[in-house]
Amino acid sequence: MSVADTIRQFILSRYLPGESPENLQDDTPLRSSGILDSLATLGLITFLEEEYRITIEAHETDVDNFDRIADIEAFVERKRAAQQEA
Amino acid sequence: MDTTQAVSLVDYMEASARRVPGRTAIVDPAGWSLTYRELDDRADRIAGFLVRSGVQPGDRVGVAVPKGAAAITAFLGIMKARAAYVPADYTAPAARNASILSDCQVKAAFLSDGGAAILNAWPGGVPRPSAVVSVEGGPQANPFQGAVPWNEALQSPPARVEGRSRGDLAYILYTSGSTGVPKGVMLTHENAIGFVDWCSEVFNPSEEDRFSSHAPFHFDLSVLDIYVALKHGATLYVVSEELGKAPKELAGFIATSKLTVWYSTPSILGLLAQFGNLPTRDCSSLRLVLFAGEVFPVKHLRSITGIWPWAAFYNLYGPTETNVCTYAAIPLPVPADRRAPYPIGWPCSHCEALVLDTDGAETLAGAEGLLHIAGPSVFPGYWNRPEQNAAAFLERGGRRWYSTGDVVRLDPRDGYLYVGRRDRMVKRRGYRIELGEIEKGLYQHAALQEVGVVGVSDDAGVRIIAYLSAPGARRPSIIELKTFCAQNLPSYMSPDVFHFLEALPRTSTDKIDYQSLTRLATARAEEAV
Repeated sequence: MSVADTIRQFILSRYLPGESPENLQDDTPLRSSGILDSLATLGLITFLEEEYRITIEAHETDVDNFDRIADIEAFVERKRAAQQEA
Repeated sequence: MDTTQAVSLVDYMEASARRVPGRTAIVDPAGWSLTYRELDDRADRIAGFLVRSGVQPGDRVGVAVPKGAAAITAFLGIMKARAAYVPADYTAPAARNASILSDCQVKAAFLSDGGAAILNAWPGGVPRPSAVVSVEGGPQANPFQGAVPWNEALQSPPARVEGRSRGDLAYILYTSGSTGVPKGVMLTHENAIGFVDWCSEVFNPSEEDRFSSHAPFHFDLSVLDIYVALKHGATLYVVSEELGKAPKELAGFIATSKLTVWYSTPSILGLLAQFGNLPTRDCSSLRLVLFAGEVFPVKHLRSITGIWPWAAFYNLYGPTETNVCTYAAIPLPVPADRRAPYPIGWPCSHCEALVLDTDGAETLAGAEGLLHIAGPSVFPGYWNRPEQNAAAFLERGGRRWYSTGDVVRLDPRDGYLYVGRRDRMVKRRGYRIELGEIEKGLYQHAALQEVGVVGVSDDAGVRIIAYLSAPGARRPSIIELKTFCAQNLPSYMSPDVFHFLEALPRTSTDKIDYQSLTRLATARAEEAV
C-alpha cells in the first residue's frame, strides 16, 4: 500500500468513522478544514513516527506542508530518504 | 502585602512592583520579558489610553489576542481604569467572538488576527467598540483599519482611576450556553481575591516560584496563573497556544524554564505523559502540579505521577462561577489496581458546601445530591441573563448558594466524590460544553432535519456523538460535517462521531429521546472495544 493510502486508511478509521474512502482525497485539506484538530494531528504524527521510523518536530508540521495527504506523503518520503543518507 | 488591604487584583501586582521592581514578572512566548516595574508602568499607560478613549469605571473591554505579555498588560491596564476585561479566544470563529463582545457591549477592544472579521460580524443595533487596539499576532498581522497599534497605545500618559472597590467587576468569562448562546460569568475583585488568597494559604508561593501560564485567558485556570504569580513577586512563563498543544516541545519548555508550578487540565497532562517523551527531560524543578476542569482518568494520572514522583499533585474542583471551591491532595503513589477517579475533596477554607436533593432538602450524609457553594468567591450572576440568574442561586441560612449542577456524594474520609450531572453539560478537554450548543450549531446546516448530540464517558475521557437525520436531502459526508463544525463552533465542540438515522427516537411527548441515543452510543462503543 502506498504511503498515501496508509495515511488515508489511518485517518478514516481513527478520525472519520463512517466516511466513504473516496471522499478523502489526496488533496482534501485536513487541518484547515477542521477534519483534523490539534489532538488528531498529534495522533497522526505519532502514527507516522512509529510506522515509518522517522522523527517529526512540531515546527515541521505547520499547515503549509502538513495539510493534505499528498503533502504528508511527500514529507514522509523526504524524511525517510534523509534518514537513509544519514 | 497584608492581604486584608487588597481591594483590587491590581493592588497585588502594584505591591510586588514596589517590593521587587527588578524581578522578572512575565516571560512572553517570544522570549522577551518584563520586570515588575516595566509591567506596572505599561499597565498604567494602557489605563491612560483607555481613560482618554472614554472608558469609564464599570465598562467592559474585550481582549481577543494571542497569549502573551501584552494580553496580561492589557488586563491590568483595564482593571487600573476600573473597567472589567472580557477575554475571548482569538482562534474561535469570528461570529462567536462578535456575539460575546457585543453581548456585554464592550466599550473598547484589544484585537489581533481576525480582529477585522470580528468587527465585520458585529450584530446590527449594538454599538461597536469606540476604541480598538491592534495587538501583534502572527507574521501576517497588520493593524487593521481604524485600529490603534499596540505600541502607540503604550505611549499614552499613565493613569490610575481612583475609587477601587472590591465590588467592582474584574472580568467576565463566557461559557457555553445550553440555548446555543454563550453566557458571561461576571466575577468581582472580591471573588478573585477570595480565591487568590486561598491559593497563597495552601500552596505557599514565593518570589522564587516560576509559574506556567498554560490555560487560555478566557479559562478561569488563568486567574491562578496570573494573579497568584504576580501577588507573590514570582515569574510567569506564558505558554503560547501552539506550544501548549505540542507535548514534546512543551516538556522541553517545562525543563528549560525550570518551572516550579504547573497548572492545567488533566487532558494536557495526559498528552505530556503519552507524547511528551518526559523521561528524557529534567523536570525536577516542579514542586507543584495542579489540575482542574475535568475528571482525570486514573491510568493517565498514574502515568504522570510515576514520571514526576517528586512533585505534590492536587485535584482542584470548581465551576467558573466560583473558581476552585474544593480540592484534594493526591497521595502518591497511585496504586496499580486503582480504577476509581480521585475525589474532588474538601471545601476550600473560603467556601462552604451544601448537598441537596431535588426537593431542596439536605441529603443524608453519603447520599448523592446536588452541590451548592457559598462564600466570597461566588459570582454575582451572568451578564444580562435574568432567567439563568434566578435559577442559579438559592437563599438558605442567611447565605446565598450557587447551584453547581454537579451531583456529588460525601465520603467521610475522602471528602466529596464527583458523580456526574443531570443535565446536558459535559466537560471535554476541560472545557464546559452544553450539548445543546453543539446541536444549535449543527441545525444551521440546511440538509439536517434532526440533531441529537450525546456524550459518552470511557476510560480516556468524553466522546461526543451526533445523531442526525436528513430525510429527503442528500446526506452530507462526514468530512463536510466536520468542515461545517469547524466554521461554526470552537474546535473542542466538534463531535467525534456522526451517525445518520432515518429518524431520531422520540419520547412519548415527542422530544428527542436522549436516553435512547445514549444507550445506542454506549452499546456501539462497547462493540468497538
